[in-house]
Amino acid sequence: MTILVIAEHDNAVLKTDTHKVVAAAAAIGGDINVLVAGANCGDVAQSAAKLAGVSKVLVADNAAYEHHLAENLGLLVADLGKEYSHILAAASTTGKNFLPRSAALLDVAQISDIIRVDAPDTFARPFYAGNAIATVKSSDSIKVITVRTSAFDAVEETGSAEVVAADAAHDAGISSYIGSEMTVSERPDLGSASIIISGGRGMQNGENFKMLEEVADKLGAGVGASRAAVDAGFVPNDMQVGQTGKIVAPELYIAVGISGAIQHLAGMKDSKVIVAINKDPEAPIFQVADYGLEADLFDAVPELNAKL
Amino acid sequence: MKILVPIKRVVDYNVKVRVKSDNTDVDLSNLKMSINPFCEIAVEEAVRLKEAGVASEVVVVSIGEKACQEQLRTALALGADRGIQIETSEKVQPLSVAKLLHKVVEEEQPQIVLLGKQTIDGDNNQTGQMLAALAGMPQGTFASEVKVEGDKVQVTREVDGGLMTVELNLPAVVTTDLRLNEPRYASLPNIMKAKRKPIAVKTPEELGVEIATNIEVLKVESPASRSAGVMVESVDELVAKLRNEAKVI
Ligand SMILES: Cc1cc2nc3c(=O)[nH]c(=O)nc-3n(C[C@H](O)[C@H](O)[C@H](O)COP(=O)(O)OP(=O)(O)OC[C@H]3O[C@@H](n4cnc5c(N)ncnc54)[C@H](O)[C@@H]3O)c2cc1C
Ligand SMILES: Nc1ncnc2c1ncn2[C@@H]1O[C@H](COP(=O)(O)O)[C@@H](O)[C@H]1O
Repeated sequence: MTILVIAEHDNAVLKTDTHKVVAAAAAIGGDINVLVAGANCGDVAQSAAKLAGVSKVLVADNAAYEHHLAENLGLLVADLGKEYSHILAAASTTGKNFLPRSAALLDVAQISDIIRVDAPDTFARPFYAGNAIATVKSSDSIKVITVRTSAFDAVEETGSAEVVAADAAHDAGISSYIGSEMTVSERPDLGSASIIISGGRGMQNGENFKMLEEVADKLGAGVGASRAAVDAGFVPNDMQVGQTGKIVAPELYIAVGISGAIQHLAGMKDSKVIVAINKDPEAPIFQVADYGLEADLFDAVPELNAKL
Repeated sequence: MKILVPIKRVVDYNVKVRVKSDNTDVDLSNLKMSINPFCEIAVEEAVRLKEAGVASEVVVVSIGEKACQEQLRTALALGADRGIQIETSEKVQPLSVAKLLHKVVEEEQPQIVLLGKQTIDGDNNQTGQMLAALAGMPQGTFASEVKVEGDKVQVTREVDGGLMTVELNLPAVVTTDLRLNEPRYASLPNIMKAKRKPIAVKTPEELGVEIATNIEVLKVESPASRSAGVMVESVDELVAKLRNEAKVI
């Protein structure tokens, strides 16, 4: 049994999502290889070689993989993946994009978003926005899986795997990258932050998110948002926490001016400690909060900032 | 150009489902069913492309029991031209859904297939990508903007960290994210008109697709429940609890 893990990276840095997917692979058991597909991604391969439990790193360094276009990466992973018992990627927007393509090319199902490994063919995954957890068993010869990274602890960087070139070049030639607008932030990203403070519609505008940023800076926290706050244009889309945004499970999650709709809870209810600040005592967010503060956020947040 | 929009009948997004006491599944009896919100956004986008003169016909297709004709009618009332129901009482998994849709794509030859990025019951987020692979088409997933230019389509995608724009050769698959548009409400005259629009019924056998069950559900459970904690009276008390009791700051 050999497992192929597809690394998550930006050609320069290996993301900690990969450390967590390797942890899921280790829970399945067997030999673990990591595929680093990108362009000029040698440094990433060196980082991947340090992940505990990994025996081999395959590097597919080719311009066709630079932007992780699903058409090209999907072909590569289906090609290399034939030799493996399991193919795993993070349930990130990259993993969700290319991996189902590879699964279809291999004519096998994909199991999305696993949160637990029970056996090499049996996994748990949430559905219905996390209101139910299914234990599923796959009869496919190759198990293709995306991993909910918030459910696994990163492996250490104590390994020293061999790094080999995978010279499979696949360019489907049907899609091209035009550009991207990435939000740059000094704060920890939501996937790795141990504290997150999120704002909702109650914040009223984007300017008011500065209040949350100040608190975040004192706590070393990441800043998130509800869909309502993103839709209203207060903050960029990649800050959305929830069923269809980021799924997070930090040590501390502070929800400010967020009502607690099912879809928002789906993204944060596995946080260790939840704090809710809301002026409506009936807000459903209080039903999942460890500490609730019924208050006007425009009083409470500046006071919190002053007292930290 | 023709646009094909696959839609799924799912439990309404406002409903909080419960797990059956025998842990075999969730209990959907007597719950309100609706068109999957992401599919509704896909229908809206297709209709807008038609209104803008880019598309000439919008065909909606749903795989499921007869009841899913309700959701096809909803889509027809929103402006789609005709419907196709693929009748089955089985729970069809994404790979088989994609295979069925691939057959429909071969018959209909659409230039764009617009799907939802995910269903809110299965939360799979796979079908569009699988269909694209089977049909050899490029894909623009999690779209927040779709622009057709000649024989190409530019799709702005919502990705971790921001937005990414890709250009795809047509025919292409596009899957919708929440911010692509805000679906309209169907007007009464359009609901009446929709009743006369045609819905063709086919079966998986007719399409020559065997519905596979590669994945068996062993059990379904409720998530570990979280109980409400305490209400604090002041910011001071909150800070004290976080420092001394929870020890998280
Ligand atoms: C298919 C689908 C997917 C979705 N996915 C997501 C998702 O991923 N993430 C997500 O978040 N949502 C998602 N939603 C939307 C979700 O259903 C809710 O609409 C949304 O979460 C509401 O955001 P909110 O809590 O900020 O706004 P509201 O529900 O409007 O709540 C605002 C809260 O702020 C409080 N408030 C207002 N002013 C103050 C003040 N001065 N001081 C203190 N409190 C104040 C109010 O009491 C209220 O509780 C999805 C919906 C659908 C249909
Ligand atoms: N039974 C179905 N009938 C028609 N379309 C479907 C069906 N299941 C899934 N789809 C389409 O595939 C999208 C993604 O579904 P999923 O991969 O299951 O999350 C949906 O938004 C629909 O557009």
